[in-house]
Amino acid sequence: MAAFVTDGYLRFDALVPDQINRAVLDEIATLKDERWLPEGMHPPDTGTPLADCYPEPSAIGAYLRLPEVQGIIEALVGLDATFDHDFTHHLPAGSEYLQDLHVDAVVDSLDPAFDIQLFYFPHDVTAGEGGTRFVPGSHLRRVLSGGIGRYQHIVGEQQFCGEAGTVLVFHHGMWHAGQPNPGAADRWMHKVRLNPTRPQVRRWNTSDLEALHNRPTDHVFATMESDSVAHVFRTNHPWHGVTESRNEQIQRARLWRYLTGDDGYDVDHYLSRLEGHERVAGDA
Amino acid sequence: MPERQQVLYLWANGSGLAAGVVGWAFHDGTEGQGPDLPDDEPPYPTGDAALCDGWCLLQSAPLVAPAPGAEHTNSYLDYEFVFERRVAV
Repeated sequence: MAAFVTDGYLRFDALVPDQINRAVLDEIATLKDERWLPEGMHPPDTGTPLADCYPEPSAIGAYLRLPEVQGIIEALVGLDATFDHDFTHHLPAGSEYLQDLHVDAVVDSLDPAFDIQLFYFPHDVTAGEGGTRFVPGSHLRRVLSGGIGRYQHIVGEQQFCGEAGTVLVFHHGMWHAGQPNPGAADRWMHKVRLNPTRPQVRRWNTSDLEALHNRPTDHVFATMESDSVAHVFRTNHPWHGVTESRNEQIQRARLWRYLTGDDGYDVDHYLSRLEGHERVAGDA
Repeated sequence: MPERQQVLYLWANGSGLAAGVVGWAFHDGTEGQGPDLPDDEPPYPTGDAALCDGWCLLQSAPLVAPAPGAEHTNSYLDYEFVFERRVAV
C-alpha cells in the first residue's frame, strides 16, 4: 500500500488467465461496437454496485470476479464500491493516434478519498508497440486535465508493455496517455473506474502494519527506520526537484493518515512541524 | 532562403538554466526538414547545454510564490524554459 501511495499505481503481471483474456477480447469488441446503440451490449449504469456489474455469463465479469482482482479492489476501494464507468480502448494496427498526457475527470477536491482505475491488457503488448504511457508519482498533483498536455516527455515515465492478462491499478490522479500503435496487431485495453462508498481505512491486509508503520518521529536527519513506510515515502521520482519531493512526502503522509486512521502519522517531521506552529500561534 | 522556427521546451528540476532537465517537448516548424532531436532521452542535460548547441532562450519561468493554502501541493512542472532556433528551409 505504501508503494501505491508513493507511485500511484500497482502492477500485476499476467494476473488474468488466458481463457478469460481470449473471451474478454471478443466481449470488449462487442461492447465497443454496441455501447451507444439502442440495442445490444451496454455497460453497467454509473453507480451500480460492483457486485451487480457484468453478471454471468460475462467475460468482463469473470475477470472482475477473480479472487485476485476482488482482493485488489477490496484493499483499495472496498468490494462495496460502485461502478463509475468503463471504456474499451482500441487502436488498430498502425494507428498514429497520439493522445496528449492528461488526467481523467476534473481537478480533485482537497479530501484524500480516491477512485481506482483498472487498466487491463487482455493480450501481449511488446515494447515499442506503444502501450499506455503514464508518469509514476504524478497522482497527487493538482492540475487541470488539459494543462499537462504539453509534456511530451518526462524523465521516469513508462510505456506499458507486458504479458496478456496484466492489470495496472491506477490512483485516479495518474497522468497518462494513449500512444500510437506501430505494431502489426490491433491493441485493446479495458478500463474500469470504481468509486469507494465507505472510508478507505485499513481495508487491505494490515498484518505487517504495526511493524512497518513508523513513528512520527522518524526523520532522515535523526533517527530513521530503514524498513518502514517512511522509507518508501522518501522515494524520489527522477522528475521531482527538491521542493517537489518534500511536498510529495507531505502529500503521501496525508494520504497515509487517511488510509490508516492515524492522524499523527508523519515522515521527516513536515506535518508535525507545521501543526506545532499552528498550535503555538493559536495559543498566542 | 525562408526560415522556419523550431521550438524546444525544457523543464528543469531547479530554477536556473544549469539545473537538470526532467521533461521536454519539441515542435518542428520545418516539418522534418531541419535537424531532429532524440525522442527517448532528454536532448540536453541542462538548459545551458541547449544554449551551447545553438538554441536561443525565448522565455524562462517566472518565480511565483505559492498561493496561500497551496504551499505544500505540487501541480505543474515549475521551471519551464522555452527555446527556439531558426532553420533555413
